Amino acid sequence: MISITNLQASIEGKSILNGINLDIKPGEVHAIMGPNGAGKSTLSSVLAGRSDYEITGGKVEFLGKDLLELSPEDRAREGLFLAFQYPVEIPGVSSTNFLKTAINEKRKYHGLEPMEATDFLKFMRSKMEEMEMDKSLTSRSLNEGFSGGEKKRNEVFQMAMLEPKLCIMDETDSGLDIDALRLVSAGVNKLRNKERSFLVITHYQRLLDYIVPDYVHVLYKGRIVKSGDASLAKELEVKGYDWIKQEVEAAV
Amino acid sequence: MSEPEVGIIDQVVTQEYKYGFTTDIEMETAPMGLSEDTVRFISAKKNEPEWMLAWRLKAYHHWLSMEEPNWQNFNYPKINYQEIIFYAAPKQKIQLDSLDQVDPELLKTFEKLGISLQEQKRLTGVAVDAVFDSVSIATTFKEQLKEKGVIFCSISEAMHDYPELVKKYIGSVVPQTDNYFAALNSAVFSDGSFVYIPKGVRCPMELSTYFRINAENTGQFERTLIIADDDSYVSYLEGCTAPMRDEHQLHAAVVELVAHNNAEIKYSTVQNWYPGDKDGKGGIYNFVTKRGICEGAHAKISWTQVETGSAITWKYPSCILKGDHSTGEFFSVAVTNNAQIADTGTKMIHIGKNTKSRIVSKGISAGKSHNSYRGLVKINKKADGARNYTQCDSMLIGDKCGAHTFPYIEVNNNSATLEHEASTSKIGEDQIFYCAQRGIGLEEAISLIVNGFCKEVLNQLPMEFAVEAQKLLAVSLEGSVG
Ligand SMILES: Nc1ncnc2c1ncn2[C@@H]1O[C@H](COP(=O)(O)OP(=O)(O)O)[C@@H](O)[C@H]1O
Ligand SMILES: [Mg+2]
Repeated sequence: MISITNLQASIEGKSILNGINLDIKPGEVHAIMGPNGAGKSTLSSVLAGRSDYEITGGKVEFLGKDLLELSPEDRAREGLFLAFQYPVEIPGVSSTNFLKTAINEKRKYHGLEPMEATDFLKFMRSKMEEMEMDKSLTSRSLNEGFSGGEKKRNEVFQMAMLEPKLCIMDETDSGLDIDALRLVSAGVNKLRNKERSFLVITHYQRLLDYIVPDYVHVLYKGRIVKSGDASLAKELEVKGYDWIKQEVEAAV
Repeated sequence: MSEPEVGIIDQVVTQEYKYGFTTDIEMETAPMGLSEDTVRFISAKKNEPEWMLAWRLKAYHHWLSMEEPNWQNFNYPKINYQEIIFYAAPKQKIQLDSLDQVDPELLKTFEKLGISLQEQKRLTGVAVDAVFDSVSIATTFKEQLKEKGVIFCSISEAMHDYPELVKKYIGSVVPQTDNYFAALNSAVFSDGSFVYIPKGVRCPMELSTYFRINAENTGQFERTLIIADDDSYVSYLEGCTAPMRDEHQLHAAVVELVAHNNAEIKYSTVQNWYPGDKDGKGGIYNFVTKRGICEGAHAKISWTQVETGSAITWKYPSCILKGDHSTGEFFSVAVTNNAQIADTGTKMIHIGKNTKSRIVSKGISAGKSHNSYRGLVKINKKADGARNYTQCDSMLIGDKCGAHTFPYIEVNNNSATLEHEASTSKIGEDQIFYCAQRGIGLEEAISLIVNGFCKEVLNQLPMEFAVEAQKLLAVSLEGSVG
């Protein structure tokens, strides 16, 4: 699915990612954990193509293509989806209109005709049922006045609608209470299948009780310093990040 | 939303101003320049009654004594009125009995603009009056309207066929002496639309006038007069385009609306005059006086405007709320890009008791353009219980443009309630990146964000035109970011 080799990135001359290596196969769920400021959001932004960052080295192959050569919109159209930590508000634009535009832009990219309005609405209705979304959310202005939980659920709903191949989730659990966390996780689990891969970024292990990963990686100072299976997350939950930090410092 | 079969503004998808073509047609014009003779020439060409000529001359003489205004928030080169042609008309018979007599070149022109005057292709549910340079070419659906007693014709025709109505109402809302450009218009106006809705009639279709400036060095001075008698309703829309020319052209129109007891007039404008090129060469000076009076109790006048064209847009569609419980509304989107300038807004004059007004203005500036909202809310002494709500939002695209608001308030009655809200926002990198991450490219993202920003106003437009207006917004902002 995606193969990240020695990826390095900086912002305003400050190096943030210092050689990331990560390989995700179709259907796998990888979790990235790490203390605040480790570079988790930077990694997701760089993969999605945010232009604020300078790529200073390494390469990323996504479904046989050189990801770093693609524009952000083409990355999305190729099947990369980022669930944002802080989804933006777009006043006056309904989710319905937004998603219709997104889907049709993607179809155009793949040489397909735009979806008929009625087909689109039917498709959306079925996805709303599947994801147990409240009707009102899709007619309201995108993310405007949404609660934290509603925003995150809406991100997952967009994920369901756009049917991506690789889903990157940046701290989707932050700011959620336990009920919202359950709902969001249930949505994500419905979208898991043999082909679709996930990169779940989180600070806390809590989320991984609901979305159980195949692999867990610890990001620290812009490097993956430890990898393991789901049990690594449990260990971090108990021991915190300090022992990892110490291990890393000792190795230097 | 399905596409209208034939739109007022045709599918707009290219970056270039699409309506910049010219029509090659034999024209009859007045000699260049302005004098009493010009006024007499125009009046004679239109075969006008004596009182009309006298009315024009009064305006002309008053105009001579006036100074061009200079309080606006922009500069423009002095207009030389001796270098303008004040009358240009296709050479053809004045009275047309059927479309067969219209020059095919003209029909083609309107066809190209997405407006069909041919029976079989007409936009359903919309009657159109097409004005080419100085004269009205054709009015559709006249007969069907007549059955209901609705009069919809060119103002020149109205002068002959309904002289009492014209005499009574022309200049009753915007007097000849009102302001510099209104006085000029009163002297030299060449055509425009006339609408009368009789008592108790709900006009069965949208009425629309489409203005096209074609000839070189000409100005366009049309005059529109709409009267809604007691308990009647009408929705009226104007659209406009002009060829691309290197010199500026002046458009100084006057629109007067009169709403009697319990009548409602909804007046919508989709303004797409040629805006000039990237550096501000050419383009229309759109200096227009639009005013409506709610003459009777419970009357309502609603202005909706989507202003995307013109080098300079300078106008304040206003409401005089004379009747008790009458309502005035102003919904505006003004988009400026490149070197365009807009200084627009409204005046709400509350005279009657319990009068209400609502102002929603959305200004979008891109490039190095300047966009000003200027509005006056005036509550007269006797206007007990008057209410106004004003909302002024500005959106900036890029950092070389400017947005300005000048809200003036004059309150002479303590029982008035006024609310004002204002905001300025920038299309953020974050919004654009969010859209991109969902596969939505830059131009499409801007169009989405801008249309969302203007939604409240666009919702006011008749369905047939809302789609066109949305496309127009997208096109006028193309190339504004990145
Ligand atoms: N726009 C920025 N300008 C300067 N430094 C930044 C910027 N964005 C992130 N950083 C820095 O990069 C490091 C990694 O940040 P981030 O990727 O957000 O970490 P995480 O998501 O793991 O908490 C931090 O030290 C942060 O201060
Ligand atoms: Mg983060």
